[in-house]
Amino acid sequence: MRTLTKEYMMERISKGIRNEKRKPMDYRNIKLEVGLIPNAEGSAQATIGNTKVLAGIKIDLSEPMTDTPEDGNLTTSAELLPMASENYDIGPPTPEGVEFARVVDRGIRHGNVLDTSKLFIEEGKVWSIFMDLYVLNYDGNIFDAGTLALMAALATSKIPKYEDGKVVRENMKRLETSNIVTSCTFAKVIDSLLVDPDGAEEELMKARLTITNGKELIYAMQKGLGGVFMQKEIDSLIDAAFDKSKELRNIVQKSTGD
Amino acid sequence: MKNTGIKLLENGRRLDGRSPKDMRSIKIIPNPIKNAGGSAYMEWGKNKVVAAVYGPSEALPRHTANPDKAVIKCRYMMAPFSSEEGHGRVGMNRRAIEISKVTAEVFENVVILDQFPGTEINIYVEVLQSDGGTRAAGITCAAVAMALSGIPMKDLPYAISVGKVGEDIILDLDKIEDNYSDADMPVAILPRTDSVALLQMDGTMSKTQFDTAMQMVLDAGKIISKLQKDALMSQYTEQGKKYG
Repeated sequence: MRTLTKEYMMERISKGIRNEKRKPMDYRNIKLEVGLIPNAEGSAQATIGNTKVLAGIKIDLSEPMTDTPEDGNLTTSAELLPMASENYDIGPPTPEGVEFARVVDRGIRHGNVLDTSKLFIEEGKVWSIFMDLYVLNYDGNIFDAGTLALMAALATSKIPKYEDGKVVRENMKRLETSNIVTSCTFAKVIDSLLVDPDGAEEELMKARLTITNGKELIYAMQKGLGGVFMQKEIDSLIDAAFDKSKELRNIVQKSTGD
Repeated sequence: MKNTGIKLLENGRRLDGRSPKDMRSIKIIPNPIKNAGGSAYMEWGKNKVVAAVYGPSEALPRHTANPDKAVIKCRYMMAPFSSEEGHGRVGMNRRAIEISKVTAEVFENVVILDQFPGTEINIYVEVLQSDGGTRAAGITCAAVAMALSGIPMKDLPYAISVGKVGEDIILDLDKIEDNYSDADMPVAILPRTDSVALLQMDGTMSKTQFDTAMQMVLDAGKIISKLQKDALMSQYTEQGKKYG
């Protein structure tokens, strides 16, 4: 971004003006589509403004982890695809990609979306849920798009059957989910706090805070980047997250047909 | 997360006898690594952590350099022999990559980077023995190492984790508490302004509980900050003795 553009945008943000007449606590348009990949057990694509994240779910038979012999496994991975942005490169996962996957994972895991004990089959055999996030186009706030996509994919996912030592992927049942979680990501640009930063705003932000919550409880938080937050700022963002998550939860419920 | 019947808190006492607000003992030894610009060794309960700072030196590979300021690179790693369980997986796993990233970000905010354009400052954190809260120990220890290296800083960050057992908030979780608690929240603070430089949380927490937890962090911070400063002071009194 050119210095002049940067300064102009910073000045506008400090006056509370954002692109497309957004207010500081407004999301861009959100679209959530489920079932785009019929071969996957579950899939959903979240579009927030120009940001596009696809979540795909595959469920396979596997051995349990040694410390949780009676629980299934959850694995979240993310790909920041080179096609999604000039700034994403081919190669092994970058720290940004790893952080993205782990933050989304923590929200879903600690939000008790899935009961891993129900993924137990028999001794030494459990289901592993592989949750893959594909960032197809980057324009800021992949965290919220990732959580939305994954949440919707899980809520509409099917689970294979285990019959006579074989995995059967025909006439699959619905995968049981027991909670809806959503995340709200905030950017701090100078002293302004903005929800759902777009790509340009993310270039300007000094700090980022992602809060994943349900109706009453916070399940995960992650502060990112070199800037800082004061406790009273975090408090106000927690309130904002609870407020905004009502909208997001509605979007998830609508997309999954519940 | 899992209810395994382990009672982490009974009659106001934790498994190791601490009360909810107690933290483990902390010992900081300045400059154990002579080759580094600055270093520190820390024992935090059973955690044993070494941090060393190198640089500023030319940023390599060249494309990582920033012509306006220094870049901070951090590598946090747990030794394969560090945990109470079996041989750990060697190398940078995803957890280590994330912790390295958030640790570097804490220091991006305090080190006066624009004094050293085009350079890199390397922070190495090696966890030799782990017992929960190693990222907090690593940051607290690295702050001392950074200060000892003489790189100008705006503040001396510290970090500690807080968590939740049932509805009680507990300070400075050890490994068992970390594994079985209902929430875990590592926090790094810049004490001059009490601003939050690192915040991660997983588990379940209400807003009130978050505020209680933050207050515990800030109270404990006074003790941690003092220990950090004592370690720095001791280094200079030692040097003073040497040169009369």
